[in-house]
Amino acid sequence: MDLVNFLIQLLNSVQYGLLLFMLAAGLTLIFGIMGVVNLAHGSFYMLGAYLAWSLSGLLGSLTLAIVVGTLLSVVFGLALERLLFRHFYHRDHLDQVLLTFGLIYVFEEMRSILWGDDVHGVAVPAALSASIPLTDTLSYPVYRLFMSGLCIVLAIGLYLLISKTRLGMKIRAGAFNHEMTEALGVNVRLIHAVVFALGVGLASIAGMIAAPISSVYPNMGSQVLIMCFVVVVIGGIGSVRGALIAALLVGLVDTFGKVLLPQVSGMLVYMLMAAVLLYKPEGLFKQ
Amino acid sequence: MSAPQIHIETLPRSIVLLLVLGFVALAAFPFVGSDFYTAMVNRMMILAIFAMSLDLLQGVTGLVSLGHAAYFGIAGYALAFITPQDQPISLYTSLPIAVGASALAALVIGFLVVRTHGIYFIMVTMAFAQMVFYLFFDNRALGGSDGLYINFRPDALLFDLENKRVFYFFTLACLLLCFFFLRRVLWSPFGRALAGIRVNEHRMRALGFGTFSHKLAAFTLAGALAGLAGYLWAAQTGFVNPELMGFHLSAHAIMMLILGGMGNFAGAIIGAFAFEYLLHLFKDLPDIGAFRMGKHWQLWMGLFIVALIILAPKGIVGLLNRWFGGSGTRQGGEHG
Repeated sequence: MDLVNFLIQLLNSVQYGLLLFMLAAGLTLIFGIMGVVNLAHGSFYMLGAYLAWSLSGLLGSLTLAIVVGTLLSVVFGLALERLLFRHFYHRDHLDQVLLTFGLIYVFEEMRSILWGDDVHGVAVPAALSASIPLTDTLSYPVYRLFMSGLCIVLAIGLYLLISKTRLGMKIRAGAFNHEMTEALGVNVRLIHAVVFALGVGLASIAGMIAAPISSVYPNMGSQVLIMCFVVVVIGGIGSVRGALIAALLVGLVDTFGKVLLPQVSGMLVYMLMAAVLLYKPEGLFKQ
Repeated sequence: MSAPQIHIETLPRSIVLLLVLGFVALAAFPFVGSDFYTAMVNRMMILAIFAMSLDLLQGVTGLVSLGHAAYFGIAGYALAFITPQDQPISLYTSLPIAVGASALAALVIGFLVVRTHGIYFIMVTMAFAQMVFYLFFDNRALGGSDGLYINFRPDALLFDLENKRVFYFFTLACLLLCFFFLRRVLWSPFGRALAGIRVNEHRMRALGFGTFSHKLAAFTLAGALAGLAGYLWAAQTGFVNPELMGFHLSAHAIMMLILGGMGNFAGAIIGAFAFEYLLHLFKDLPDIGAFRMGKHWQLWMGLFIVALIILAPKGIVGLLNRWFGGSGTRQGGEHG
């Protein structure tokens, strides 16, 4: 592998890792703060991708579709939290697994009824459709750089939100000691709703920005969900920082595995997880 | 840790009666049912064995595995690999090899996953099952996404498994043997230790039990029995594909246990039949106008699961027990 190829793969792996982070951050926050295991998190990614496809068709612009789609997803997340998830925060993990597994089926079929079972492509916005030439034959698409950039901006925003704002302080307090925080007059229910909607929004944005490069297809949430589980297990449940590092690690291993060891590439990420489990059963950054 | 749940370990008389009637009905079924339904009931019995094997982990030991289908599939694939193209393989060599393959996989994966707890255990079992799934899915040499055909059912010398009815009774015998074996295990010192781990692992460790080795043994045994079910499945259908190891089958097995009730193996059998029957019903729904109800069976199943988990989290056996006021022992509180 020469330097240019290496650079391309490196950029791809960072882009994939950052995309995984967008999903895993929500998953790990929802677990860390509300104690809910959410198998349906991949469905929010799928929801985002389908919203990007149908809204960009309706509105004529992917940028506009992302803005409107994010709003719709957040509203959807708030409704879902209010109607279902809120009642499962203190239930057994087994009940949560089953509830969210049932929801996967429901969401998947709603998608089938609303949007059909065909594979769709989403056009890259004209302003970002250029490629940066690296050599005579190789180039790197601007859109992928834009994706990574947007993910980095959102990751920094998430970091600032959680560690620097009053809301973030309440979120952390609620995760640390629910009863005490409530006794101090913080509306923990509202905090939970906000965190859940935040998770849904991040997953949906990930799906929307990934739509132009991965296309939009049925069951697209399942595979990404399992990758997110691996990321969360490696990073340590509840740790956003752990999720970021683990997501980048998984992105690297997966992307370079596909190039260097194609025969076992599907398994490499799981071997990484096995190695981490042997060394630290609670993940690298357990809080 | 986990919220308290009701475990009915001693079967109430109503359930025992139901089981006896059920077994009589199963024994009579091939003589009254059509070939199509006999094959369907045969598959249900195989899935009942699979559900019972998961019950040892989930109901007895309190370990919720979301990757149990991996061990089901591995034994099926093992049978596909060792069956020659042009002749059957002996039951007495292929069954131990297939079940052994599943047990070995469960031992290796169990060694890694059993050290995790609660939510980690769920995620990690699922991830490793997915690893096995992709190992077979990605490699053409292992059948790839299309799977493999098995041209002959195993040769049992004394009886002919190619005969549908003989195979049916062979499966029924396996089901009964598994049930009585697991009931024995449940009340053995080993089973009591597993139940103790479910209720309070720290206390068991303080009492001097090696909880790691107990859990690993349970995981391996459950994997081996799942392998038995997978072996029978592959022999019956003559075909294996990666779907057998998929996340959906693992989740379906959990559903069966929830539907039937956990920790007593009878619930697993009832749940497996109930779940598969429901699946059959949903897939067979008529069309309403242009809307094909049956095609969207996942929607009905999903709504059913969500409704069940909200309305009756203790399963059918729990409901029966409540209705008939059974004398089964109850542990833990009502709220959970």
